[in-house]
Amino acid sequence: MFGGIDPALLISALMVASVPIILAAIGELVVERAGVLNLGVEGMMIMGAVCGFILSVQTGSAFMGFVGGAVGGMAMALIFGLLTQYLLANQVASGLALTLFGLGLSSLMGQGFVGIRPPATGAVPFGPLADIPFLGRVLFSHDWVVYLSLASVAATWWVLRSTRTGLILRAVGESHDAAHALGYKVRKIRMLAILFGGAMAGVGGAYISLVRVPQWTDGITAGAGWIALAIVVFAAWRPWRALIGAYLFGGISVLQLNLQAAGARIPVEYLSMSPYLITILVLVIMSSGRGKAALSAPASLGKNFHASR
Amino acid sequence: MNRRTLLATAALGLGLAFGGSASAQGLDKVKACFVYVGPIGDLGWTYQHHQGALELVETYGDKVEIAFQENVPEGADAERVLTQMALSGCNIIFTTSFGYMDPTNNVAAKFPDIKFEHATGYKREHPNVSTYNARFYEGRAIQGHIAGKMTKTNKIGYIGSFPIPEVVMGINSYYLHAKKVNPDVELSVVWAFTWFDPAKEADSAKALIDQGVDVIASHTDSTAPLAEAAKTNGAVIGFGQASDMADYKPSPRVSSIIDNWAPYYVKRVGELLDGTYEQVDSWAGIPEGEVEIGEITDAVPAEIKAEAEAMRDAIAAGTYHPFTGPINKQDGSVWLAEGAVAPDGDLLGMNFYIEGISGEIPK
Repeated sequence: MFGGIDPALLISALMVASVPIILAAIGELVVERAGVLNLGVEGMMIMGAVCGFILSVQTGSAFMGFVGGAVGGMAMALIFGLLTQYLLANQVASGLALTLFGLGLSSLMGQGFVGIRPPATGAVPFGPLADIPFLGRVLFSHDWVVYLSLASVAATWWVLRSTRTGLILRAVGESHDAAHALGYKVRKIRMLAILFGGAMAGVGGAYISLVRVPQWTDGITAGAGWIALAIVVFAAWRPWRALIGAYLFGGISVLQLNLQAAGARIPVEYLSMSPYLITILVLVIMSSGRGKAALSAPASLGKNFHASR
Repeated sequence: MNRRTLLATAALGLGLAFGGSASAQGLDKVKACFVYVGPIGDLGWTYQHHQGALELVETYGDKVEIAFQENVPEGADAERVLTQMALSGCNIIFTTSFGYMDPTNNVAAKFPDIKFEHATGYKREHPNVSTYNARFYEGRAIQGHIAGKMTKTNKIGYIGSFPIPEVVMGINSYYLHAKKVNPDVELSVVWAFTWFDPAKEADSAKALIDQGVDVIASHTDSTAPLAEAAKTNGAVIGFGQASDMADYKPSPRVSSIIDNWAPYYVKRVGELLDGTYEQVDSWAGIPEGEVEIGEITDAVPAEIKAEAEAMRDAIAAGTYHPFTGPINKQDGSVWLAEGAVAPDGDLLGMNFYIEGISGEIPK
């Protein structure tokens, strides 16, 4: 016990609280590594949340809900992809429009689903493992999406670092002209990355409406997509740092609520401020001296590509 | 509206503008506008205000037209929205959250012919600004009674939104009545610093549950705290806030405070139509039907239910005031002497906890 708070409960709570942000951030990280800046994460998340909710209520299966979430997010991403990759629309404007569109459309679609409870997503049965003191509570008491989020971080890290696919993706993001000259299909690769980002954001959104707050309410994501975007920058486009960033954000927000509930005499304002202070601090440290190179964004980030140019 | 009535309305509008005392004569048609802090679909605070707005159309038919905007942030954005509404022909504008207090007064200064009604605030800087509120603390007293009797861990929780008098009042009333029936009760308060953020509201509820709290009252706008309590399979109970939240019956939602704004909205717009409108500071509660207590479910034993209903009836009859002395402040100094009843002024500016609550109110 620390200040009246059980660390095992705290860690397990922060792992759950961070899942939507991790999923969305990993998706966006891959998109940005391919040189596309999609600011519509919030819109894709909320569409994932509503599509997932509707599908899981209709089918009675929580798993189908997550599939629905991925499809909803991908549908939104497809619109963004067509606009920016084929019609060469401005990426920043299209992304912002996607968020506004998603918020409105999800509210319309969710009209008939207010006040319904979705099927429950239970914890994965680990049997005796869940009874191990401390570790059991922290590691073996979650639903499958928590493990999916961790697996997605590891898989993305491995793919980006050690596979040919990752190399091509990064090449497209660093210099689309060079990648094109080598014969890679820049537009196709970017479209696939955008769809992946949409699916991940959609699953993250579905996690909010199906597990964290099992209900549908307008505007349920309440800015989680923007935090995911910030975490990608915080992580300097590296998967494991994105995980750390998400746990830091999720952890401190859960910690401050727990400290309040436990009656600790720490002013709430300082705790609410701390994730942002730490972000600034990390950025300052990373952008000074030797670490500077590691901070650099993909060179073609946000630039549209057309073969004739 | 055909051209002739349009001209007639315009002429009337001019007459009002130059004639001075606008409220002396009624309006033929009223456009009532509403500014909401959350979405209508929150099933809580904003939903109830919108039900009141819809009641206007129900009552007055085509003599009234409503317009509204959802998810308006408190602060500078609200001022833009209000100005836009004022310019678009609204006759009366209801601003339905505490944080719209200064924007409402600022915009009201620029449009002296338009009536502004601010919910839960206390500033009426111009003759065209009225304020209205409901005595939610009366409902909190009943919740506190149920909480004190129902808790098994002797830990009860309260999810606060912002440290403003209305919320502090609710916390004090809730704790006071829980303590009265259960001297061992301890209260944990979590400040969420938001009116509407389902994920954060759920996290707040989870933090309280992790700390052993088994009765949660919330002062935020969504049903998320009840959804979190529902995950415990009946170990934790809570209350519907602002709206009945009947979807969570019979447990975890064991009762609720329902804000019924419709009578007030109907009355005020009616006054505007017949020309009897005047600036007011309205603060109605259970007796007037503005605060209703939702059905107490079978999850509460019959005996406790009867006591809670008796308290509700006593408040309705005016024989019981939830803040009746002796009550001390948190630091032990005397607030209300034996038998004294809290003056409204003290309640509206309440910035202290009563004796027994630990922790501080954030500044």
